[in-house]
Amino acid sequence: MVEHTEPGVHVASVKLLVIVWIALMVGTWLTVSATYVDLGALNIWIGLAIATAKAILVALYYMHLRWDKPFNAFVFLASFLFLAIFVGIAMMDTTHYQDAVIPGFSPGMGS
Amino acid sequence: MTGHAHAQDPNVAHHFENADQQYQSAKLGMWVFLATEILFFGGLFCAYAVYRANHPEIFVFGHHFLDKSLGALNTVILICSSFTIAWAVRAAQLKQIRLLKVLLALTLACAAGFLSVKYVEYSHKWKHGLLWASRYSPEAHHGEQRDHAEETGAESAASGETTESSPEAVQEGLERSKIAPAASGPAGLAVADERPGEEIVAEPKNAQVYFSIYFLLTGLHGIHVLGGMGAMAWLLSLARRGAFDTGHFTKVDMVALYWHLVDLIWIYLFLLLYLID
Amino acid sequence: MAVATPALAGTDTTDNQTPKNYLNASRGLLSWFFTLDHKRIGVMYLIAILSSFFLGGVFALLLRTELLTPAQTIMDADTYNKMFTLHGAVMIFLFIIPGIPATLGNFVLPLMLGAKDVALPRLNLASFWLWMIGAVFAVSSIVVGAVDTGWTFYTPYSTTTGTAVISMTLGAFILGFSSIFTGLNFIVTIHKMRPEGMTWFRMPLFLWGIYSTAIIQVLATPVLGITLLLLVAERTLGVGIFDPALGGDPVLYQHFFWFYSHPAVYIMILPAMAIMSELMSVFSGKHIFGYRFIAWSSVAIALLSFLVWGHHMFTSGQAGITNMIFSALTFSVAIPSAVKVFNWVATMYKGSIRLATPMLYALSFLFLFSIGGLTGLFLGALSTDVHLHDTYFVVAHFHYVMFGGTVIAFLGGLHYWWPKMFGRMYSERWGSIAALLVFVGFNLTFFSQFVMGSQGMPRRYFNYVDRFTSYHQISTIGSYVLGLGFFVIAGYLLHSLVRGDRAPANPWGGATLEWETSSPPPPHNFDCEFRAGDPYDLDDLRYDPEIKGHVRRDPESIRLHPKGAQQ
Repeated sequence: MVEHTEPGVHVASVKLLVIVWIALMVGTWLTVSATYVDLGALNIWIGLAIATAKAILVALYYMHLRWDKPFNAFVFLASFLFLAIFVGIAMMDTTHYQDAVIPGFSPGMGS
Repeated sequence: MTGHAHAQDPNVAHHFENADQQYQSAKLGMWVFLATEILFFGGLFCAYAVYRANHPEIFVFGHHFLDKSLGALNTVILICSSFTIAWAVRAAQLKQIRLLKVLLALTLACAAGFLSVKYVEYSHKWKHGLLWASRYSPEAHHGEQRDHAEETGAESAASGETTESSPEAVQEGLERSKIAPAASGPAGLAVADERPGEEIVAEPKNAQVYFSIYFLLTGLHGIHVLGGMGAMAWLLSLARRGAFDTGHFTKVDMVALYWHLVDLIWIYLFLLLYLID
Repeated sequence: MAVATPALAGTDTTDNQTPKNYLNASRGLLSWFFTLDHKRIGVMYLIAILSSFFLGGVFALLLRTELLTPAQTIMDADTYNKMFTLHGAVMIFLFIIPGIPATLGNFVLPLMLGAKDVALPRLNLASFWLWMIGAVFAVSSIVVGAVDTGWTFYTPYSTTTGTAVISMTLGAFILGFSSIFTGLNFIVTIHKMRPEGMTWFRMPLFLWGIYSTAIIQVLATPVLGITLLLLVAERTLGVGIFDPALGGDPVLYQHFFWFYSHPAVYIMILPAMAIMSELMSVFSGKHIFGYRFIAWSSVAIALLSFLVWGHHMFTSGQAGITNMIFSALTFSVAIPSAVKVFNWVATMYKGSIRLATPMLYALSFLFLFSIGGLTGLFLGALSTDVHLHDTYFVVAHFHYVMFGGTVIAFLGGLHYWWPKMFGRMYSERWGSIAALLVFVGFNLTFFSQFVMGSQGMPRRYFNYVDRFTSYHQISTIGSYVLGLGFFVIAGYLLHSLVRGDRAPANPWGGATLEWETSSPPPPHNFDCEFRAGDPYDLDDLRYDPEIKGHVRRDPESIRLHPKGAQQ
């Protein structure tokens, strides 16, 4: 049964909310277990993939994007795009000038 | 499009044509606000990414002092709170007021639970001197702290202590921690050290950066949890006064959207701070 | 009397003299401080922002006076550092960033949409109050020892200096949220409250500009927020993210800071360009040329502005590869701005130009912004920037675009919408005199700075070598002429409020919807709804000498059935 409120707004079913909750729990268990398996550099990416899957579930179902006007989702995704530009370029630049930095030298820490 | 001869629905503000326009405006407004929160936290994630990319050893070392189980517990708590508040929106939509109040209270309780766990974690770190840069002094007791050149205020500017030009000179001039960098890491600290099968690493240089980032990220997140709790308490008081009896659920919907974002951010914080290996 | 026109909203009178409008609808300070009316909020912002401009201007005149002679003139070096920091911080955070959107944007946006208010009026009032609170923090820093770091607050100096950095940065942080909420409000309003017939490409270009500005406000300002928060955390807690003594990275601070502050300059210029499109069309008596190009170029500028922040860091220790990427991208962002300039000029071509005061400012903008924009190219090129960075060339460049661009356009827009906002006409003669004073004074002040900058005069310097003396003196004299021009503007505008001719609904002959209501408008803006037509179809209007204003030939064509009637 698909319920709607008066102005035609979609109402989520309890069943759906529970299913998503279970999926989020499973995802959490997966992420933690994955840290006990050493896959080297791949670990962080697997972790990020699972976290992103959880985020997508929350955004689509709990936050209603599945049934909302698509522009709302566009706004949300756009913020990630700009964040990616910021983080990407900052990471690229900092890694490239590291050789100009004295390793570990922090006079305020006595090291 | 109808003219304005009809009586306005009392729940619809005078400048809106109809309830749908009002609802959609509120929703878009909230999503734009969430976008700003992404960029706000994003700055801290950028600092994380930059330091981890250039000094991964700091993060490998630092995360040992975080308790994975407490972090996972907090993740579970927040996921449950997202579940309860999503259901609360449904309850408000269907005018199930008593259920709405119960679910809001449960969400509030989860949030309080989250903050309690964080309190446990923070006090543990305080006790062991595992704080942000200028207060980083990994001792068994936090009484002895190193003097640092970078205290704020006019005194530091006047004393002109930045005359050292080499690491060696600095080491001689300043008071330092009494701990020598040990091959088996600082003693008497987190439980993590005793877990079997884990490699203990020597403390790398600038390990304090990890803790600065940890406290900034979790601290800012915690402030947002507090804000969310305030909003939920407000919703509860509104529900008690019958504000949602007519099925006008927009406010619940908006607070729920904000709360889900708080949960989303924690999902990434948990991964990035606790689950490094 | 103009019998053919239907009664305009707001023409019923409370007494014989003054029609009921948003200004006199309710009395008392509290009715203003707690208003939800976007027009009143816009006027409060106008007073606040013009006061900030005055304060920032005072700092400017003081520091220019100090620079009359190569050695100490009226203040010592520490005070000088505080002067230029405060001038920059006040002008940027208190005046120019909120500037046009908070004042003219707030007032005009709902009117141009035929709407009663913005989408979120309470948020709008909250924005204003956040501005006031932020201003209190910022101004209080002046009193408790001021700030001497430059408005850019570079670390590690800003984390170690003894001056009042915390209150200034907290002020800027709060002001940032005021900006974010304004942008958020405008985005929602433009998306959700356009009238029937007003598709995106039938919107006035002023709204395209405001919308593009709002995109930047919403996406960039939060990063400034976290940066300033981190700065406060560094000073109070010693967090050490940007402090090299604690293992931090000062160049990372600059990345954080400029990721906002570069898009911020487009927050400053886009609304100015938005005003330009309106002025160019109306005062050339012609349809705007290249509507879609101008609309898309606003969005393009907003998006591209996020890709070029590193051009402020060419000499800061940024990696070579990063320098090259940012330099290349910087050249691209000049293109949409040029597109707009060409379209405005094409709008003027074969138009019937009226040199009313708003148009004098629009023409000044064209000239001054072009110079400012072109000089940006010298700074975007790595080989020349190495020599020009941190010289007066940079100072001149950004004053040409921010002052010669934004402030000039702001003046043009203020003079254009002044009759609508306050129901009065000002003296055209004094308007022209002041515009000339401002133009001459501006160029005297800043053109010489290009020359001395290219010859090596560094910026933010208290003393200088003797060969730069004449340039500095010309510049200082120019600043006095500029100040005089602003006093004249204040004089005749204030005078118009009490003695000016009553303004008709449409004094200039614009076809956008704000001219379809009385000057000033009633509290609820309009008495009917609209089916929007082409916002630049000026042929539909004719001048009626009896009311000294313009009227539509067929007013019903855009009006939907007014209150009471059914369709």
